Amino acid sequence: MKVRLWGTRGSLPAPGPDTVRYGGNTSCVQVNGSGGTVVVLDAGTGIRRAGLALGDQPRRVDILLTHLHMDHIQGLGFFAPLRQPGWEVHIWGPGSTTLDLRARLSRYLSPPTFPVLLRELPSELHLHEVPRGDFEIGEFHVSSVLICHPNPTVGYRLSTSEGALTYLPDHEPALGVRRFPAEPEWTSGYALAEGVDLLLHDAQYSNQEYSARVGFGHSSISQALLFAALAGVGRVVPFHHDPSHSDDELDRLMAEALAEAPAPLAVTPGREGEVFEV
Amino acid sequence: MNQQEIEVILARQLSEYLALPIFLVDQAGNLLFYNEPAESLLGRRFAETGPMPVDDWAVIFQPTDEDDRPLAREQLPLVIALQTGRPAHGGFWIRGLDGVMRRIYVMAFPLIGQADRRLGALAIFWEATD
Repeated sequence: MKVRLWGTRGSLPAPGPDTVRYGGNTSCVQVNGSGGTVVVLDAGTGIRRAGLALGDQPRRVDILLTHLHMDHIQGLGFFAPLRQPGWEVHIWGPGSTTLDLRARLSRYLSPPTFPVLLRELPSELHLHEVPRGDFEIGEFHVSSVLICHPNPTVGYRLSTSEGALTYLPDHEPALGVRRFPAEPEWTSGYALAEGVDLLLHDAQYSNQEYSARVGFGHSSISQALLFAALAGVGRVVPFHHDPSHSDDELDRLMAEALAEAPAPLAVTPGREGEVFEV
Repeated sequence: MNQQEIEVILARQLSEYLALPIFLVDQAGNLLFYNEPAESLLGRRFAETGPMPVDDWAVIFQPTDEDDRPLAREQLPLVIALQTGRPAHGGFWIRGLDGVMRRIYVMAFPLIGQADRRLGALAIFWEATD
Protein backbone atom coordinates (compact mmCIF):
# COMPACT_ATOMS: atom_id res chain seq x y z
CA MET A 1 0.00 0.00 0.00
CA LYS A 2 1.05 3.57 -0.63
CA VAL A 3 0.55 6.13 2.11
CA ARG A 4 0.60 9.88 1.47
CA LEU A 5 0.41 12.57 4.14
CA TRP A 6 -1.87 15.42 3.02
CA GLY A 7 -2.28 17.03 6.44
CA THR A 8 0.05 16.76 9.41
CA ARG A 9 -1.07 19.58 11.69
CA GLY A 10 -3.24 19.21 14.76
CA SER A 11 -6.01 21.33 16.21
CA LEU A 12 -5.93 24.22 13.73
CA PRO A 13 -4.55 24.84 10.24
CA ALA A 14 -1.25 26.66 10.50
CA PRO A 15 -0.28 27.93 7.04
CA GLY A 16 2.57 30.39 6.70
CA PRO A 17 6.25 30.77 6.01
CA ASP A 18 7.18 29.10 9.30
CA THR A 19 5.36 25.83 8.56
CA VAL A 20 6.13 25.08 4.92
CA ARG A 21 8.31 22.03 5.59
CA TYR A 22 6.12 20.15 8.07
CA GLY A 23 2.92 21.55 6.60
CA GLY A 24 0.00 23.61 7.78
CA ASN A 25 -3.00 21.46 6.82
CA THR A 26 -4.83 19.44 9.45
CA SER A 27 -5.02 15.65 9.55
CA CYS A 28 -5.52 13.78 6.31
CA VAL A 29 -3.74 10.70 5.00
CA GLN A 30 -4.45 8.88 1.76
CA VAL A 31 -3.87 5.16 1.50
CA ASN A 32 -3.86 3.46 -1.90
CA GLY A 33 -4.03 -0.29 -1.99
CA SER A 34 -2.25 -2.18 -4.71
CA GLY A 35 -5.64 -3.46 -5.84
CA GLY A 36 -6.93 0.04 -6.50
CA THR A 37 -8.83 0.70 -3.28
CA VAL A 38 -8.53 4.27 -2.02
CA VAL A 39 -8.99 5.09 1.66
CA VAL A 40 -8.67 8.56 3.14
CA LEU A 41 -7.96 8.81 6.85
CA ASP A 42 -9.65 11.87 8.34
CA ALA A 43 -10.98 14.92 6.59
CA GLY A 44 -8.88 17.76 7.91
CA THR A 45 -8.00 20.59 5.57
CA GLY A 46 -5.48 18.36 3.82
CA ILE A 47 -8.36 16.47 2.20
CA ARG A 48 -8.95 19.29 -0.27
CA ARG A 49 -5.74 18.49 -2.15
CA ALA A 50 -6.33 14.76 -1.70
CA GLY A 51 -9.66 15.13 -3.47
CA LEU A 52 -8.13 17.05 -6.36
CA ALA A 53 -5.40 14.43 -6.75
CA LEU A 54 -7.99 11.69 -7.15
CA GLY A 55 -8.90 13.10 -10.55
CA ASP A 56 -12.19 13.36 -12.36
CA GLN A 57 -12.91 9.71 -13.08
CA PRO A 58 -15.76 8.79 -10.67
CA ARG A 59 -15.19 5.75 -8.51
CA ARG A 60 -15.45 4.68 -4.89
CA VAL A 61 -13.52 6.32 -2.08
CA ASP A 62 -13.80 5.57 1.64
CA ILE A 63 -13.15 8.21 4.30
CA LEU A 64 -12.38 6.87 7.77
CA LEU A 65 -12.94 9.53 10.42
CA THR A 66 -11.28 8.96 13.78
CA HIS A 67 -13.56 11.46 15.50
CA LEU A 68 -15.51 14.58 14.76
CA HIS A 69 -13.32 17.32 16.18
CA MET A 70 -13.18 20.19 13.72
CA ASP A 71 -9.57 19.67 12.66
CA HIS A 72 -10.57 16.20 11.42
CA ILE A 73 -13.70 17.14 9.45
CA GLN A 74 -13.13 20.73 8.41
CA GLY A 75 -12.12 19.80 4.88
CA LEU A 76 -15.01 17.45 4.24
CA GLY A 77 -17.16 20.01 2.44
CA PHE A 78 -14.28 20.76 0.10
CA PHE A 79 -13.54 17.16 -0.88
CA ALA A 80 -14.12 17.23 -4.64
CA PRO A 81 -15.59 13.72 -5.02
CA LEU A 82 -18.41 14.61 -2.63
CA ARG A 83 -19.45 17.44 -4.92
CA GLN A 84 -19.41 15.47 -8.16
CA PRO A 85 -22.13 13.10 -9.44
CA GLY A 86 -21.07 9.54 -10.01
CA TRP A 87 -18.66 9.25 -7.11
CA GLU A 88 -19.46 6.70 -4.42
CA VAL A 89 -18.25 8.11 -1.11
CA HIS A 90 -18.37 6.07 2.07
CA ILE A 91 -17.77 7.92 5.34
CA TRP A 92 -16.98 5.83 8.39
CA GLY A 93 -16.83 7.35 11.85
CA PRO A 94 -17.96 7.11 15.45
CA GLY A 95 -21.46 7.99 16.45
CA SER A 96 -22.34 8.78 20.03
CA THR A 97 -24.65 7.23 22.55
CA THR A 98 -27.38 9.66 21.53
CA LEU A 99 -26.75 10.80 17.94
CA ASP A 100 -25.88 8.83 14.84
CA LEU A 101 -23.03 9.80 12.54
CA ARG A 102 -25.25 11.64 10.08
CA ALA A 103 -26.77 13.81 12.79
CA ARG A 104 -23.37 14.60 14.26
CA LEU A 105 -21.78 15.46 10.92
CA SER A 106 -24.78 17.59 10.03
CA ARG A 107 -24.03 19.82 12.98
CA TYR A 108 -21.13 21.13 10.93
CA LEU A 109 -22.32 20.42 7.40
CA SER A 110 -25.44 22.57 7.62
CA PRO A 111 -26.20 26.30 7.84
CA PRO A 112 -25.06 28.49 9.44
CA THR A 113 -21.66 26.78 9.75
CA PHE A 114 -21.70 25.45 6.14
CA PRO A 115 -23.97 26.45 3.26
CA VAL A 116 -24.62 22.96 1.87
CA LEU A 117 -26.51 20.14 3.56
CA LEU A 118 -25.22 16.58 3.49
CA ARG A 119 -28.32 15.43 1.61
CA GLU A 120 -27.72 18.05 -1.09
CA LEU A 121 -24.34 16.62 -2.08
CA PRO A 122 -24.61 15.11 -5.58
CA SER A 123 -22.33 12.14 -4.96
CA GLU A 124 -23.62 8.79 -3.74
CA LEU A 125 -23.00 9.09 -0.02
CA HIS A 126 -23.01 6.21 2.46
CA LEU A 127 -22.46 6.65 6.19
CA HIS A 128 -21.23 3.88 8.48
CA GLU A 129 -20.69 3.91 12.22
CA VAL A 130 -17.65 2.45 13.94
CA PRO A 131 -16.45 0.69 15.99
CA ARG A 132 -18.26 -2.30 14.66
CA GLY A 133 -15.57 -4.90 14.88
CA ASP A 134 -13.38 -5.62 11.92
CA PHE A 135 -14.63 -4.97 8.42
CA GLU A 136 -13.39 -5.02 4.86
CA ILE A 137 -12.90 -2.18 2.39
CA GLY A 138 -11.66 -3.53 -0.91
CA GLU A 139 -8.38 -5.27 -0.22
CA PHE A 140 -8.05 -3.64 3.20
CA HIS A 141 -8.94 -5.44 6.39
CA VAL A 142 -9.88 -2.64 8.78
CA SER A 143 -9.88 -2.78 12.58
CA SER A 144 -11.28 0.10 14.58
CA VAL A 145 -11.07 0.48 18.33
CA LEU A 146 -12.00 3.27 20.71
CA ILE A 147 -8.91 5.00 22.06
CA CYS A 148 -8.00 7.54 24.70
CA HIS A 149 -9.04 10.98 23.45
CA PRO A 150 -11.94 13.20 24.53
CA ASN A 151 -15.29 12.41 22.88
CA PRO A 152 -15.70 9.09 21.10
CA THR A 153 -12.53 8.58 19.10
CA VAL A 154 -11.33 5.51 17.28
CA GLY A 155 -8.00 4.45 15.87
CA TYR A 156 -7.68 2.39 12.71
CA ARG A 157 -5.49 -0.43 11.56
CA LEU A 158 -5.45 -1.20 7.83
CA SER A 159 -4.00 -4.54 6.84
CA THR A 160 -3.35 -6.28 3.57
CA SER A 161 -1.24 -9.24 2.63
CA GLU A 162 1.57 -6.71 2.04
CA GLY A 163 1.62 -5.16 5.49
CA ALA A 164 -0.24 -3.07 7.99
CA LEU A 165 -0.67 0.58 8.92
CA THR A 166 -2.03 2.00 12.18
CA TYR A 167 -3.42 5.51 12.39
CA LEU A 168 -3.71 7.20 15.79
CA PRO A 169 -3.63 10.95 15.14
CA ASP A 170 -5.20 12.02 18.44
CA HIS A 171 -4.15 9.71 21.21
CA GLU A 172 -2.95 9.89 24.80
CA PRO A 173 -1.74 6.39 25.67
CA ALA A 174 0.08 7.65 28.76
CA LEU A 175 -3.28 8.37 30.34
CA GLY A 176 -4.85 5.45 32.11
CA VAL A 177 -1.69 3.49 32.66
CA ARG A 178 0.35 3.65 35.86
CA ARG A 179 3.78 3.46 34.32
CA PHE A 180 4.28 4.51 30.75
CA PRO A 181 5.46 2.79 28.70
CA ALA A 182 4.59 -0.48 30.40
CA GLU A 183 1.55 -2.70 30.90
CA PRO A 184 0.56 -3.18 27.24
CA GLU A 185 -2.72 -4.74 28.34
CA TRP A 186 -3.70 -1.43 29.93
CA THR A 187 -2.32 0.86 27.24
CA SER A 188 -4.83 2.51 24.95
CA GLY A 189 -4.25 1.71 21.30
CA TYR A 190 -1.72 -1.03 21.94
CA ALA A 191 -3.65 -3.82 20.23
CA LEU A 192 -4.11 -1.71 17.11
CA ALA A 193 -0.44 -0.84 16.89
CA GLU A 194 1.21 -4.08 17.98
CA GLY A 195 3.77 -5.19 15.41
CA VAL A 196 2.46 -2.90 12.69
CA ASP A 197 4.74 -1.90 9.80
CA LEU A 198 3.89 1.80 9.89
CA LEU A 199 2.44 3.77 12.78
CA LEU A 200 1.18 7.33 12.33
CA HIS A 201 0.89 8.73 15.83
CA ASP A 202 -0.05 11.89 17.67
CA ALA A 203 3.01 13.95 18.61
CA GLN A 204 1.44 17.26 19.43
CA TYR A 205 3.54 18.42 22.35
CA SER A 206 6.99 18.77 23.78
CA ASN A 207 7.44 16.98 27.11
CA GLN A 208 7.19 20.31 28.91
CA GLU A 209 3.94 21.17 27.14
CA TYR A 210 2.47 17.74 27.87
CA SER A 211 3.03 18.10 31.59
CA ALA A 212 0.71 21.11 31.54
CA ARG A 213 -1.88 19.41 29.31
CA VAL A 214 -2.38 15.95 30.75
CA GLY A 215 -5.85 14.76 29.83
CA PHE A 216 -6.14 16.87 26.69
CA GLY A 217 -5.96 13.68 24.65
CA HIS A 218 -2.59 14.16 22.98
CA SER A 219 0.97 12.91 23.32
CA SER A 220 4.39 14.41 23.40
CA ILE A 221 6.80 13.46 20.63
CA SER A 222 8.77 11.38 23.12
CA GLN A 223 5.63 9.54 24.22
CA ALA A 224 4.81 8.74 20.59
CA LEU A 225 8.23 7.16 20.22
CA LEU A 226 7.94 5.25 23.49
CA PHE A 227 4.51 3.94 22.50
CA ALA A 228 5.91 2.85 19.14
CA ALA A 229 8.75 1.01 20.85
CA LEU A 230 6.34 -0.67 23.25
CA ALA A 231 4.18 -1.84 20.35
CA GLY A 232 7.19 -3.03 18.37
CA VAL A 233 6.31 -1.16 15.19
CA GLY A 234 8.44 -1.15 12.07
CA ARG A 235 8.43 2.62 11.61
CA VAL A 236 6.76 5.46 13.45
CA VAL A 237 5.72 8.77 11.95
CA PRO A 238 5.11 11.36 14.67
CA PHE A 239 2.65 13.97 13.38
CA HIS A 240 -0.45 15.98 14.32
CA HIS A 241 1.94 18.78 15.19
CA ASP A 242 0.84 21.59 17.45
CA PRO A 243 -0.12 24.67 15.39
CA SER A 244 2.22 26.81 17.47
CA HIS A 245 5.29 24.79 16.48
CA SER A 246 7.28 26.26 13.63
CA ASP A 247 9.44 24.18 11.30
CA ASP A 248 12.58 25.17 13.17
CA GLU A 249 11.01 24.39 16.52
CA LEU A 250 9.81 21.01 15.26
CA ASP A 251 13.31 20.24 13.99
CA ARG A 252 14.63 20.93 17.47
CA LEU A 253 11.89 19.02 19.31
CA MET A 254 12.22 16.01 17.00
CA ALA A 255 15.99 15.96 17.46
CA GLU A 256 15.62 16.08 21.23
CA ALA A 257 13.05 13.28 21.25
CA LEU A 258 15.09 11.15 18.86
CA ALA A 259 18.17 11.53 21.06
CA GLU A 260 16.24 9.96 23.93
CA ALA A 261 14.31 7.42 21.84
CA PRO A 262 14.73 3.74 22.55
CA ALA A 263 16.99 2.11 20.02
CA PRO A 264 16.47 0.64 17.53
CA LEU A 265 13.44 2.58 16.37
CA ALA A 266 12.86 3.81 12.83
CA VAL A 267 11.39 7.30 12.93
CA THR A 268 10.34 9.65 10.14
CA PRO A 269 8.88 12.97 11.31
CA GLY A 270 5.54 13.55 9.61
CA ARG A 271 5.78 16.15 6.87
CA GLU A 272 3.05 17.12 4.45
CA GLY A 273 3.59 15.44 1.10
CA GLU A 274 5.65 12.57 2.53
CA VAL A 275 4.97 9.20 0.93
CA PHE A 276 5.53 5.78 2.46
CA GLU A 277 5.36 2.31 0.93
CA VAL A 278 4.13 -0.48 3.18
CA MET B 1 -1.65 -9.50 23.56
CA ASN B 2 -5.26 -8.69 24.35
CA GLN B 3 -5.81 -5.11 25.37
CA GLN B 4 -8.52 -3.86 27.70
CA GLU B 5 -11.26 -1.74 26.17
CA ILE B 6 -10.76 1.99 26.61
CA GLU B 7 -13.79 2.27 28.90
CA VAL B 8 -12.23 -0.33 31.20
CA ILE B 9 -8.86 1.42 31.10
CA LEU B 10 -10.50 4.69 32.04
CA ALA B 11 -12.61 3.04 34.73
CA ARG B 12 -9.49 1.69 36.38
CA GLN B 13 -7.81 5.06 36.14
CA LEU B 14 -10.83 6.76 37.69
CA SER B 15 -10.89 4.25 40.51
CA GLU B 16 -7.21 4.86 41.21
CA TYR B 17 -7.94 8.55 41.70
CA LEU B 18 -11.03 8.17 43.89
CA ALA B 19 -11.06 7.75 47.65
CA LEU B 20 -14.00 5.32 47.48
CA PRO B 21 -13.32 1.58 47.55
CA ILE B 22 -13.86 0.27 44.03
CA PHE B 23 -13.80 -3.26 42.57
CA LEU B 24 -13.63 -3.73 38.78
CA VAL B 25 -14.44 -6.90 36.86
CA ASP B 26 -14.65 -7.85 33.19
CA GLN B 27 -17.76 -9.23 31.51
CA ALA B 28 -16.82 -12.78 32.48
CA GLY B 29 -16.69 -11.65 36.10
CA ASN B 30 -12.93 -11.86 36.39
CA LEU B 31 -11.49 -9.41 38.89
CA LEU B 32 -9.37 -6.90 37.01
CA PHE B 33 -8.53 -4.44 39.75
CA TYR B 34 -9.43 -3.01 43.12
CA ASN B 35 -8.09 0.29 44.38
CA GLU B 36 -6.22 1.29 47.52
CA PRO B 37 -9.32 2.24 49.55
CA ALA B 38 -10.72 -1.22 48.73
CA GLU B 39 -7.53 -2.86 49.91
CA SER B 40 -8.14 -1.76 53.48
CA LEU B 41 -11.61 -3.38 53.47
CA LEU B 42 -10.60 -6.51 51.62
CA GLY B 43 -7.57 -6.97 53.84
CA ARG B 44 -4.92 -7.39 51.20
CA ARG B 45 -3.19 -5.28 48.60
CA PHE B 46 -4.21 -5.86 45.00
CA ALA B 47 -0.55 -6.25 44.13
CA GLU B 48 -0.60 -9.37 46.31
CA THR B 49 -3.87 -10.90 45.13
CA GLY B 50 -3.69 -9.88 41.47
CA PRO B 51 -6.53 -10.60 39.05
CA MET B 52 -8.68 -13.61 39.88
CA PRO B 53 -11.67 -15.42 38.35
CA VAL B 54 -15.17 -14.88 39.67
CA ASP B 55 -15.23 -18.38 41.12
CA ASP B 56 -12.39 -17.35 43.40
CA TRP B 57 -13.29 -13.84 44.48
CA ALA B 58 -16.96 -14.73 45.01
CA VAL B 59 -15.93 -17.11 47.81
CA ILE B 60 -12.55 -15.94 49.02
CA PHE B 61 -14.11 -13.03 50.90
CA GLN B 62 -16.73 -15.39 52.38
CA PRO B 63 -19.81 -13.21 51.79
CA THR B 64 -22.62 -13.99 54.23
CA ASP B 65 -26.03 -12.55 54.98
CA GLU B 66 -27.29 -11.13 58.26
CA ASP B 67 -27.98 -14.67 59.52
CA ASP B 68 -24.46 -15.81 58.70
CA ARG B 69 -25.64 -17.87 55.72
CA PRO B 70 -23.22 -17.93 52.77
CA LEU B 71 -24.32 -15.92 49.75
CA ALA B 72 -24.28 -17.57 46.37
CA ARG B 73 -22.36 -15.58 43.79
CA GLU B 74 -25.63 -14.93 41.92
CA GLN B 75 -26.76 -12.95 44.98
CA LEU B 76 -23.83 -10.55 44.89
CA PRO B 77 -24.67 -7.09 43.49
CA LEU B 78 -21.67 -7.13 41.18
CA VAL B 79 -22.73 -10.42 39.63
CA ILE B 80 -26.33 -9.23 39.36
CA ALA B 81 -25.17 -6.08 37.56
CA LEU B 82 -23.13 -8.21 35.17
CA GLN B 83 -25.94 -10.63 34.47
CA THR B 84 -28.81 -8.15 34.19
CA GLY B 85 -27.03 -5.15 32.74
CA ARG B 86 -28.60 -3.00 35.42
CA PRO B 87 -27.33 -1.43 38.64
CA ALA B 88 -27.72 -3.50 41.78
CA HIS B 89 -27.06 -2.91 45.45
CA GLY B 90 -27.03 -4.76 48.72
CA GLY B 91 -25.53 -5.13 52.15
CA PHE B 92 -23.77 -8.19 53.56
CA TRP B 93 -20.79 -9.39 55.56
CA ILE B 94 -17.39 -10.30 54.21
CA ARG B 95 -14.28 -11.66 55.85
CA GLY B 96 -11.27 -9.75 54.62
CA LEU B 97 -8.08 -11.55 53.80
CA ASP B 98 -6.75 -10.06 57.03
CA GLY B 99 -9.34 -12.24 58.85
CA VAL B 100 -11.55 -9.33 59.92
CA MET B 101 -15.33 -9.57 59.43
CA ARG B 102 -16.83 -6.39 58.01
CA ARG B 103 -20.38 -5.47 57.09
CA ILE B 104 -20.37 -3.65 53.78
CA TYR B 105 -22.80 -2.01 51.43
CA VAL B 106 -22.23 -2.43 47.71
CA MET B 107 -23.46 -0.38 44.76
CA ALA B 108 -22.64 -2.08 41.48
CA PHE B 109 -23.28 -0.95 37.93
CA PRO B 110 -22.55 -2.49 34.55
CA LEU B 111 -20.03 -0.98 32.16
CA ILE B 112 -21.92 -0.70 28.89
CA GLY B 113 -19.87 0.91 26.15
CA GLN B 114 -20.63 2.42 22.78
CA ALA B 115 -22.87 0.23 20.60
CA ASP B 116 -24.14 -1.54 23.72
CA ARG B 117 -20.90 -3.41 24.26
CA ARG B 118 -21.03 -5.20 27.62
CA LEU B 119 -17.59 -4.68 29.08
CA GLY B 120 -17.86 -5.65 32.72
CA ALA B 121 -19.01 -4.03 35.93
CA LEU B 122 -17.77 -1.79 38.67
CA ALA B 123 -18.71 -1.91 42.35
CA ILE B 124 -18.38 0.90 44.85
CA PHE B 125 -18.57 -0.31 48.41
CA TRP B 126 -18.14 0.98 51.91
CA GLU B 127 -18.13 -0.34 55.46
CA ALA B 128 -21.44 -0.07 57.30
CA THR B 129 -21.37 2.16 60.32
CA ASP B 130 -25.00 1.70 61.36
